[in-house]
Amino acid sequence: MGSRHVYVLSFLLTLLGAGLFIYKIVALGFPIVPGEKSDLWDVEVRISFVARGGPVKVSMFIPRTSSRLAVVDENFISRGFGLTTTLVNGNRQAAWAIRKASGAQALYYRSSVQALEPAEEETVAKRPESQPLPSLEGPYLAAAETLLKSAREQSADLDTMVAQLIKHLWEPHNDSNAALLTGPRPDRDRVAEAALQLLALAQVPARLLQGVRLTLPSGEAPMLSWLQVYSEGRWSAFDLGTGEAGLPGDYLIFSIGPEPLFKVKGGNKVHYTIAVRRTEAGGLEAAALRGRIVNPQLLEFSLLSLPMQTQSVYRVLLAVPVGAFLLVIMRNIVGIKTFGTFMPVLIGLAFRETQLLWGLVLFCAVVTLGLSVRFYFERLKLLLVPRLAAVLIVVVLLMAALSIVSHHLGLDRALSVALFPMVIMTMTIERMSIVWEERGPAEAIQQGLGSLVVAALAYLAMAAAYTEHLMFVFPELLLVLLAGSLLLGKYTGYRLVELRRFKALASPRP
Amino acid sequence: MIFGTVRRLREAGVLGLNERNNRYTLAYNPRYLYPLVDDKLRTKQLALKAGLSVPELYGVIEIEHQIKGIHEVLEGHREFVIKPAQGSGGDGVLVVAGRAKHMYRLVSGVIMGRSQLAHYASNILSGLFSLGGHPDRALIEYRVQFDPLFGAISFQGVPDIRIVVFQGFPVMAMVRLPTRLSDGKANLHQGAIGAGVDIATGRTLTAVWRNEVVTEHPDTGNPVTGLQIPHWDRLLGIAAQAYDLTGMGYVGVDIVLDRDKGPLLLELNARPGLNIQIANRAGLLPRLQLIERIAARPNTVEERVAFAKDHLAAP
Repeated sequence: MGSRHVYVLSFLLTLLGAGLFIYKIVALGFPIVPGEKSDLWDVEVRISFVARGGPVKVSMFIPRTSSRLAVVDENFISRGFGLTTTLVNGNRQAAWAIRKASGAQALYYRSSVQALEPAEEETVAKRPESQPLPSLEGPYLAAAETLLKSAREQSADLDTMVAQLIKHLWEPHNDSNAALLTGPRPDRDRVAEAALQLLALAQVPARLLQGVRLTLPSGEAPMLSWLQVYSEGRWSAFDLGTGEAGLPGDYLIFSIGPEPLFKVKGGNKVHYTIAVRRTEAGGLEAAALRGRIVNPQLLEFSLLSLPMQTQSVYRVLLAVPVGAFLLVIMRNIVGIKTFGTFMPVLIGLAFRETQLLWGLVLFCAVVTLGLSVRFYFERLKLLLVPRLAAVLIVVVLLMAALSIVSHHLGLDRALSVALFPMVIMTMTIERMSIVWEERGPAEAIQQGLGSLVVAALAYLAMAAAYTEHLMFVFPELLLVLLAGSLLLGKYTGYRLVELRRFKALASPRP
Repeated sequence: MIFGTVRRLREAGVLGLNERNNRYTLAYNPRYLYPLVDDKLRTKQLALKAGLSVPELYGVIEIEHQIKGIHEVLEGHREFVIKPAQGSGGDGVLVVAGRAKHMYRLVSGVIMGRSQLAHYASNILSGLFSLGGHPDRALIEYRVQFDPLFGAISFQGVPDIRIVVFQGFPVMAMVRLPTRLSDGKANLHQGAIGAGVDIATGRTLTAVWRNEVVTEHPDTGNPVTGLQIPHWDRLLGIAAQAYDLTGMGYVGVDIVLDRDKGPLLLELNARPGLNIQIANRAGLLPRLQLIERIAARPNTVEERVAFAKDHLAAP
């Protein structure tokens, strides 16, 4: 195959990739730069289970619009299930049903939630019907009464009393009465249960909210319950974790009441995840919506149609080719030597988790320590494969030791050393020691530094928000990268380091 | 500044690594021929079949079990060389120059015990020196007695002559002289000196040591330029014949001069290095392009050698 073939192929690939890119920008209005974060969140609940083969019924509470958060769009995704939504005791409930199903099943609920301007407090709430007294007996009743009494003594009104109660319940080691009600290790659910019992005993109407907070840093949002207490025509909320009064603005309520979030009949191994992501303003969502109308096929088969957790994986994966392309440039145009072809890209990927500075420090630490052990192994005269295994074991030990030491020093960033690809580290140490033995320390350190510089550059290229956004929203740019790689595969120019290497030939003959 | 350097290098016809790989090794060296040159045992067998002289093979160790018998193989030989069949760039070559009681004395004077030598062979078998760490074989062969000509200008090891052969034409040559830095080995990247050789006459031109131009041997202080290499025509003939042997279009041929046996073919290299250009203070490209332009290509080894001597003389 001649060069012309490659040129034509690259040209066509570039045309296709760039054409699609420009079409999406001009015609569909996809944003080229990552947008400002908006007041719009995507919330996705995924329930997976294994159906037993008979009828399956899954019911789940779904979010409701509150005075601060409005559910503006909803999707239910399932394969072959019938869906109904009903109101149950004021809660919205979705029910999926199917007559016969077997094997692994996954149901998705997806909605867009928008933050609203905080409205005036809602209308006066009716006093709920009085609840039956809790069935507390003997020592439990005594403990509950003592707790209530001390909370009342230490507070001025209902709000502060509830806060005191929650505080007491979280301290079973200071308060044997609390220990009796919540057990030695209280968690949110136990505290919630105990608080409800105590308030019922005190004849104060109370209920539980279940929901998620939208602005937690991680992608996965845990279900958190909140306590509401009725007094004088309104419900006031308390954080069951701290006793603090008030409902946070980002708390999205799924249901009111003690029932669990979802029920599955006819299936087992039930697992659920709730993912929350803040969407970009004025850009992506609107463009995707427009695209769905203008050109439905295009969006149907785009990454934006994938489940959100898969999307966030692809946000990372699609940046890897950028790092690989950078590596090609560094090796074939600049001429930097590295240990192993793709080692710098993989290390750069690990730097995403550790951050650059810590990444460099940890990498140097592991390689330096590993190298000294490897030199010791060299003197033991071991066979190749057992020696590699031994170095791998040492690398894992070193990583564990670094984590433990740094944790005790309070350097929690260093814990992320666990994310280094250990096989790659092992091979780096092995190759570095061989180069050290055969070509001398200068060559080995030079190649090691080269690898590190390329890894740092690859990290900077891959982790930039701009790169991530571009590659994820416009995956067709991969075709342009592919074309670029093919072209560089035919590159015959000098490498930058060769200009120095051959400089004696560039000067005129003496 | 950068573009000025690029332009001057282009004018000098210097071949870069990317261009060598793209235009020459990828284009002229078919992948299936690589095993012929990457495995020194197969190269040796091919050369013997074609009637070329090679260093005599004393024995081959192929499996770990044979290592026990290594000392019997070595019984009759005071001097020998152990090398990996698939080593790259001279890595892993062990030169034994004699015995000290029942131990082995290396060319550097270091004494190696019997078990150490066995361990060394085992390392070779496990692929320590081979390309990509593949399991390998260890060759035990005749230790070349170098020509007295080179005594003054090499340190310990055996100097060898590298000739780059393009489509059967010897296009550029250099002689590689071991130094103290290279630990007696003749590879430039290990610190040996490379001195350019005029294809037409066999006289050494300038020399390069660690990418710098030198005129004297750094260890012995003797001049390395203007020396006549003996048997030059035979050397060119062997190099040209290596093409017929393997079919590799772009290959580096390594030959040693033995005091008693004359030129011996040592090994072939499918990715010959580019420092030969610095040693010759000349670029490879004009010569390669000249060969590519030949319309009626001479077929015999003699004709190709004659063509090279006529057209590729040093200025």
